[in-house]
Amino acid sequence: MLTYTIRRLLLSIPTLLFIAFVIFMLLELAPGDPMAQMPLTIPPEVKEKMRLALGLGEPWWVRFPLWLKQFFIVEPQYWIDQTFGTNFADGAQRIISFQSRSPVFDTIAERMPQTLWVVGMSYVVGVLIALPIGIISAYRQYSVFDNVGTFVSMIGFSVPPFFSGVVLIVIFSVSLGWLPSIYDTTHQVVDWDTFVFQLRQMIMPVMVLALQTTAQVSRYMRASMLDNLGQDYVRTARAKGMTESVVVMKHVLRNSMIPVITVIALGIPSIFGGAIITEQIFKVNGLGQLLIIALQGSDIPMVMTITFLLAVLIVMMNLIADILYGILDPRIRYD
Amino acid sequence: MLDQTPAPLVRVRDLKMHFPIYAGLFRRRVGEVKAVDGVSFDVMEGETLGLVGESGCGKSTCGRAVLRLYDITSGEIAIDGHDIGTVPQPDLRSMRPTMQMVFQDPQASLNPRMTVEAIIKEPLDEHTTLSEAEKREKVAELMDAVGLNRKFAKRYPHAFSGGQRQRIGIARALALNPKFIVCDEPIAALDVSIQAQVVNLLEDLQEQFGLTYLFISHDLSMVRHIATRVAVMYLGKVVELSPREALYADPLHPYTKALLSAVPEPDPTLGTAKERIILQGDVPSPSNPPKGCNFCTRCPVVMDICKQQEPVTHEVQPGRFVACHLFNDTAGPTAGQEV
Repeated sequence: MLTYTIRRLLLSIPTLLFIAFVIFMLLELAPGDPMAQMPLTIPPEVKEKMRLALGLGEPWWVRFPLWLKQFFIVEPQYWIDQTFGTNFADGAQRIISFQSRSPVFDTIAERMPQTLWVVGMSYVVGVLIALPIGIISAYRQYSVFDNVGTFVSMIGFSVPPFFSGVVLIVIFSVSLGWLPSIYDTTHQVVDWDTFVFQLRQMIMPVMVLALQTTAQVSRYMRASMLDNLGQDYVRTARAKGMTESVVVMKHVLRNSMIPVITVIALGIPSIFGGAIITEQIFKVNGLGQLLIIALQGSDIPMVMTITFLLAVLIVMMNLIADILYGILDPRIRYD
Repeated sequence: MLDQTPAPLVRVRDLKMHFPIYAGLFRRRVGEVKAVDGVSFDVMEGETLGLVGESGCGKSTCGRAVLRLYDITSGEIAIDGHDIGTVPQPDLRSMRPTMQMVFQDPQASLNPRMTVEAIIKEPLDEHTTLSEAEKREKVAELMDAVGLNRKFAKRYPHAFSGGQRQRIGIARALALNPKFIVCDEPIAALDVSIQAQVVNLLEDLQEQFGLTYLFISHDLSMVRHIATRVAVMYLGKVVELSPREALYADPLHPYTKALLSAVPEPDPTLGTAKERIILQGDVPSPSNPPKGCNFCTRCPVVMDICKQQEPVTHEVQPGRFVACHLFNDTAGPTAGQEV
């Protein structure tokens, strides 16, 4: 298993380099000018100087290796310097955002907690709701509960978050006035009241994102449970005289979790993607919103870095899913 | 002593297992598959009752229903003096140790995520108060009894061959010292060379532990080898129930005759001389069985009465029960007793 993991990690290096190249060339070839949003009163020759100052005068075969060097060597050096007080970086040029002129990684580090809180929480909530729904739906197939669950999942699948989010704002913020429509990121939890406020402002974005997760995971859980409930070993367990809860929770559920855990692991990167729009609606200034603003401003270093980080996440989650599969299913051995 | 017949360990009377069919827009109940439709038999203590019949005749369903792995439609089942026909499933659990089952597919019937030891030990966890060490010793003893190496206890089922997996299944069934074991085609999924081993193992264990078997199979020669008495099923009903020798030497019911004539004869000179009865047509659907006798659509000696009236099971010779109109006259209530 360890050999397999190391081999997969090594294999992921060329994959990620290729992904980085594709993202870079897409941004390079796409129309758009970082100077487009500058005031029109700036003379063209000054604009040209600014463009050169941003490094855009160099051809792509210079800028792409430079970005790679900054991403893989300079940024980790700064990170080590900050943590241990060393001086490896020695004032080397970091990846700088075109828009804010501050290091890209500093901005990402600022935005990360909001995204993790809202998106991460929504994923956890979504999965926690989905698993029991899937289990009960399968155990009581075609019951009222199952039919309602199917209906809700269908809604979760078919209604996009930019619609369900706005509907929730209209109902709970505008009409009823129960919940704030804007997520206040400066809010700090110090006592009970501020905690309650934090909960209230988190409910809507979390639930909008959780609906998507729940719909997907509960379907997988149900299908996987149904698959296993009809298996012969379940009948064996009943014939052994095991209690129904042991049969369902121990025999069926453990076998059913194998594919579901893979789906959950693979869904983690996509939830960051899905959060881009939801963060925009609820004004959560997380990573998603950062990416949108960077795209609008043709902030190439920022877009490049965030997109690449998402790619890393996807590749890593794939690997984790495969490894989990090997751990959970004794029939699978990677050697 | 001789005339004192042993009490039946298993008593099944008029067992019916109908599966509902739901169809249409609102999934209404439109009919039912009569998988087992009024089956009665006894299994004496220590004997092996063979249950034979072609695919889809309800053998497996019958075996599962006898152990109440299904909620039966109607009928009576008594095992070891306990009436289990109508007992709700939770109360049935405490009676499970007496009655166990060996399943057809040794691969699918073992939980792929449990080790052999865990599979055999689980019923002990549930039904006994043995200590952990005692349980492990018991598992090792059971593995010895079925001819598995003790060292394999920590392996998963996928690491074994089909025959070995079936041995695991048998060890699992034996764990709780059952009296009655339903063997649901235990050899059908195995290689011919392994079949004999497993059947001999079952016979040895029967002798060793005083087991009673309901042996379900479509392999007539294997049933002839292991069974004391044989019940022949057709379309959800038992058409003939006889002691083994009598049945194979002189089958009474036309269906039994046809079934036995299909057994291949190893001697080619005898094989050509043997008359082979070939039944015409297909087995009717169990959701819509024919009127009268279930076999009337394919019976070579069908009479008018067969299409009108369902035959009643008679004891036509001592210990031989047949459900066929051909034997109506020979089988008065007195006929069975006199001979």
